[in-house]
Amino acid sequence: MDRRQFLKATSLTVAVSAAGTLATPRIVRAADPIRIGLMAPLSGVVAAGGREIVEGFNMYWEEHGKQSGGRAVEVIIEDDAGNPDTALQKARRLVEQAKVDFLFGNLLANTGLAVASYVKGNGVPYFIPVIAADDLTQRNRIRNVIRVAGYTASQMPRPLADWALKQGHKRIATISQDYTFGHEQCGGFAQVFTEGGGQIVSQLWNPLNTADFSPYIGQLGNLKVDAIFAMELGADASRFMKQYSDFGLKGQIPLLGAQNFTDQSVIRTLGEECDGIISSAHFAEGSDNPVTQKFVKAYSAKYNKMPSLYGFSHYSGAMWVDQVINQLKGDISNRDVFIDAVLKSQLTNSPLGRPVRFDDYGNPVYDVYIRKVVKNKDGKYWNVPIQTYPAVSQFWTYKPEEYLKNPPFSRDYQGIKK
Amino acid sequence: MTSAISAIQRSALGFVLVLVLFGALPLVISSYQMSIANEILIFALLAMSIDVLAGYAGRTSLGHGALFGASTYVVIYWTSVYGGSAWVGCLLGVIAATLIATVFAAFAVRVSGVYFLLLTLALGMIVWGVCLRWTSVTGGENGIRGVGRPDLIANPTVFYYATLAVVLLMTFLMWRFVRSPFGLTLRGIRDSESRMRSLGYGTSVHMFVAFIVTGFFAGVAGALYALFNNFVSPSTVQLSQSVEGLLMAIIGGVGTLFGSFIGAAAIILLENVVSAYTARWQMVLGFTFIGTMIFAPEGILGALRWLISRKRWRRSSNIVTNDSNTKGGTKWIADNF
Repeated sequence: MDRRQFLKATSLTVAVSAAGTLATPRIVRAADPIRIGLMAPLSGVVAAGGREIVEGFNMYWEEHGKQSGGRAVEVIIEDDAGNPDTALQKARRLVEQAKVDFLFGNLLANTGLAVASYVKGNGVPYFIPVIAADDLTQRNRIRNVIRVAGYTASQMPRPLADWALKQGHKRIATISQDYTFGHEQCGGFAQVFTEGGGQIVSQLWNPLNTADFSPYIGQLGNLKVDAIFAMELGADASRFMKQYSDFGLKGQIPLLGAQNFTDQSVIRTLGEECDGIISSAHFAEGSDNPVTQKFVKAYSAKYNKMPSLYGFSHYSGAMWVDQVINQLKGDISNRDVFIDAVLKSQLTNSPLGRPVRFDDYGNPVYDVYIRKVVKNKDGKYWNVPIQTYPAVSQFWTYKPEEYLKNPPFSRDYQGIKK
Repeated sequence: MTSAISAIQRSALGFVLVLVLFGALPLVISSYQMSIANEILIFALLAMSIDVLAGYAGRTSLGHGALFGASTYVVIYWTSVYGGSAWVGCLLGVIAATLIATVFAAFAVRVSGVYFLLLTLALGMIVWGVCLRWTSVTGGENGIRGVGRPDLIANPTVFYYATLAVVLLMTFLMWRFVRSPFGLTLRGIRDSESRMRSLGYGTSVHMFVAFIVTGFFAGVAGALYALFNNFVSPSTVQLSQSVEGLLMAIIGGVGTLFGSFIGAAAIILLENVVSAYTARWQMVLGFTFIGTMIFAPEGILGALRWLISRKRWRRSSNIVTNDSNTKGGTKWIADNF
């Protein structure tokens, strides 16, 4: 290689790498808009839920003229691919390059925890309407990670356990997905159920993406239990319900579900197999509350499907933060003031139709519905409230200080009273 | 080949290029872009460790991502759960990766070709399974958060240069390794294992050592990644990590060592630049891989070398024979496709 070739090769390499680093997207600087970084899994196994996150979030801003506190709102969407390493990389890009004012979103707990550990270091506000990992508002709280319109995994199944006891169920078996979100939801149920005198006969754990539930359903069928509690989401939930019905257990042993089990994202493709399943959640698309119905109609008209928990949570999350920005008249330059204002605020006119506030640990307190899956007048299945538990916090009836002395829920620790 | 420069000069050129290009980057780019460059360096090291096996010893490993991630896990666990020093953590991480590589090697040296690929894949999946299921130690699906870098390298620019220094040192060690008499025996095994055996070489022992050495390098990359990412979860040890490392080596050029820098840069930049424009970025990535395989099967660096040598051949009418390095790529393609 002579000098000329060396120069050619060198300049080529330099050009290539320069083109790579400089070819970052140009950002149009309008008159100082509020920039929001929204992360959602738009590819990978949970991509369907990720799209509903974006839909719900965008719907709110479109309804409200894409402005807040007198400033334009710019939403920058990034795909976290359901992978914590990717989520971390995208969070870095949004904060350091796109210079967003705050972050929003993510679906899977592991992606949320990765981003939370990143913002812990730099103080960027991060709002998590779907990330339910218990410890983010319990043992490992981070001040700038706030659960607007979100919930703690173990919070929602507790009223269901209480309801089951009141129905006279004494022996229950559980089946849950074998990862932290499953351990926590199932733990919340098992703890309340056993403390109220019930017995957890057996706990089954299936890996994510279980193709065939027949071995599990076979076991469940032989346990002679009064009811079965199932925590499944996504395709696992559809498969479980389908096989539960195919094996003839449906109608014989009542099926209770965690909130995602009968979420619209699951049951909108199902038929009779989901009919009559009981679950508990703060949101029920079949509620007769006029505010809720208005939201459900608007969402259905826009996207041609009823809202799931993901879409609803991000719609309400956007609303909550919008209210606070309006209250601050668009000035969110001081992060401490912004975060304090959010934590003190109440969500007043959300699709829930009832005000929502935070507890002292930054987790919302909700009225939780016991819901039943029934057919509506259009012939579609939806969740209708049959009973309400008012003001359910993440600590249920326990004293927070004492509750936090327990270890976090895991496969080995389910809070079961012996 | 009077006008051709020697392999040593060419490698020296590679070192200088990497040093100058990556060394000058922080002067012209933003902090976010520097974190991308940092990631490129770390993954180039992982890709090189795979390239040493794939390009020089003719064994394609799908287990190095697990070795990489195991080291990351040990570093993060040591610093955040046990509360130890990050320096000791890095040392332990590299040792752990090397030990696991020893176990892997004990199994893997017995086979070659597609069986080697499958065996390393299976061993890697075991590491992933352990990280996913051993919740009390690894945090399961949620992973473990780190405690941040030690003060000395907390500044991103300082950490970037520290990474560059470590990666260059490791590159030099690998370069010495593949050019040593021992490295030559690996190439011999790649070209014909039976001939090497009949010449009296203990080919299994040689492969055993080579695998452990590359595991060490993957471990160093993993320890750097722990300091960089400050978070670890099963996705760090999963199969796609190994595949990505291998793809980087292939895109850059198998058996070129320096090609890994190009491959890592190409893939990481594509991931980050394209994803800002379209949600279909993985499709773009896929087409890029297919395009590379069709138009530059020896990788970007291999294709560049080929272009240069063809020009030289035209001008001087000298017949340029393939040197053994690019032959590594050709041989690798022939063996595996």
